[in-house]
Amino acid sequence: MDQTISVRVNDRSYDRSVEPRLLLSDFLRHELELTGTHVGCEHGVCGACTVLLDGVAVRSCLLFAVQADGRDVSTVEGLDGGTQALHPIQHGFWERHGLQCGFCTPGILMSLVPFLQENPNPTEEEIRDLLSGNICRCTGYQKIVEAVQLGARLIQEKSA
Amino acid sequence: MKPAAFDYFAPGTVDEALGLLADYGGDAKPLAGGQSLVPTMNFRLAQPAVLVDLNGIEELFFIREEEGGLRCGAMTRQRSVERSALVQRISPLLHEAMPHIAHSQIRNRGTIGGSLAHADPAAELPVLAVALDARMYVRSVTDARWVSARDFYMGLFATAMLPEEMLVEVAFPTLPSGSGWAFDEVARQHGNYAMCGAAAVVGLDGRRVVERARLVFLSVGEGPVEAEQAAALLVGEQPNAEAIRAAAETAATQDIDPVGDIHAGPAFRRHLARVIAERVLTRACERAAGTEGQ
Ligand SMILES: Cc1cc2nc3c(=O)[nH]c(=O)nc-3n(C[C@H](O)[C@H](O)[C@H](O)COP(=O)(O)OP(=O)(O)OC[C@H]3O[C@@H](n4cnc5c(N)ncnc54)[C@H](O)[C@@H]3O)c2cc1C
Ligand code: FES
Ligand code: FES
Repeated sequence: MDQTISVRVNDRSYDRSVEPRLLLSDFLRHELELTGTHVGCEHGVCGACTVLLDGVAVRSCLLFAVQADGRDVSTVEGLDGGTQALHPIQHGFWERHGLQCGFCTPGILMSLVPFLQENPNPTEEEIRDLLSGNICRCTGYQKIVEAVQLGARLIQEKSA
Repeated sequence: MKPAAFDYFAPGTVDEALGLLADYGGDAKPLAGGQSLVPTMNFRLAQPAVLVDLNGIEELFFIREEEGGLRCGAMTRQRSVERSALVQRISPLLHEAMPHIAHSQIRNRGTIGGSLAHADPAAELPVLAVALDARMYVRSVTDARWVSARDFYMGLFATAMLPEEMLVEVAFPTLPSGSGWAFDEVARQHGNYAMCGAAAVVGLDGRRVVERARLVFLSVGEGPVEAEQAAALLVGEQPNAEAIRAAAETAATQDIDPVGDIHAGPAFRRHLARVIAERVLTRACERAAGTEGQ
């Protein structure tokens, strides 16, 4: 039986009627056509589908859309805050070649937003610990670590 | 890779949730963090007809000190346990082990009760519960009971709970003074399920002789596996390197009987068990004696 839900995604409200079994990842991609959230494994391992639920990084493939009723979801599409300009973390990835095919990138970016808010000056070990939750098959991670370091610096410069 | 259809309920209280579990019996499953349940539903290994979502039940989210011990509501997120100063103070072993569970994005959602109820033999929390003599508060519409962690685990993904029962709360007693503790594990990659791991709790008497010892393994059997012979060997001994090595050897060769999988064969698991047992027993004894880091 369908249920009516109201979800805020990137500061915009959406009302939809959905089946309870619809995954949040599929809701975002198929219902809202926000295809920036990628789907790799659908069992929580790859991290490509990571989004923020009320500001907390979670796997959207392990949540049902009905569970997001009345909640705030942030996806990679909202990172620019409507400005069409790259977020400082995205800038770090651009500058340091933190991506090749880009499949893993949205999930990594969304994991990084709350991480760098809480921890503006992370050590390399802390960065690698965070990245352990996101699989990248292209870069070998070294460039991602450098991109995070630059992104962290850019955020600080921006707020200074 | 999509879950089968189910009916979804989001009760606001434990009583409502228990009512739903009673109404639907074995057809219904509680949904906690979903970090184990939803993957199995996506693979259609599990096809529950009814999901009872516990995420809106506020009374299940808490960490508090009670009767000198730690109490956690079943829905307390693993991330909250990891970051709680109260947990660090009252139950430092739990605090030490939490970051080994999965990745931060999984712990943000995964719950303490979900992991304890899931009874995965590779999971950390059931092992910690047995090592620390935790007690589970289990309720149904008609019944409420406390079950010791040792009696709670009944084998592969099996617990003492009936389908209409729910884990509501877990209590971790404070360790007596003179206790030391440690946790360690080996995984291919940080955050993956470990190939082997162990928790140790050791108590020394006034003469610094071991009077209590407990060593519990993960990933070497069908649930948390207690190394009873190793623990018995250590009791009455001075906690020196030789005694610890002998206990670790006994644990790896006598107490456990691991099977192999694609990640590690039985011989490798025994090797890991011996090395990890030696490490955790050493650290636990040092902590008990107050000589850690000396
Ligand atoms: C990529 C990945 C890596 C992981 N790595 C690890 C790891 O290294 N170590 C580890 O321990 N875990 C790991 N996990 C599992 C994770 O810790 C889960 O959060 C945990 O196993 C289940 O908790 P949950 O709250 O998500 O429960 P759910 O998935 O919602 O539920 C699990 C089971 O318990 C039942 N249940 C839940 N709550 C209750 C309750 N209160 N009463 C009765 N039954 C209940 C459910 O019906 C279901 O059968 C990993 C998961 C993923 C996706
Ligand atoms: S698609 Fe969600 S973690 Fe891989
Ligand atoms: S850039 Fe291709 S998977 Fe990471």
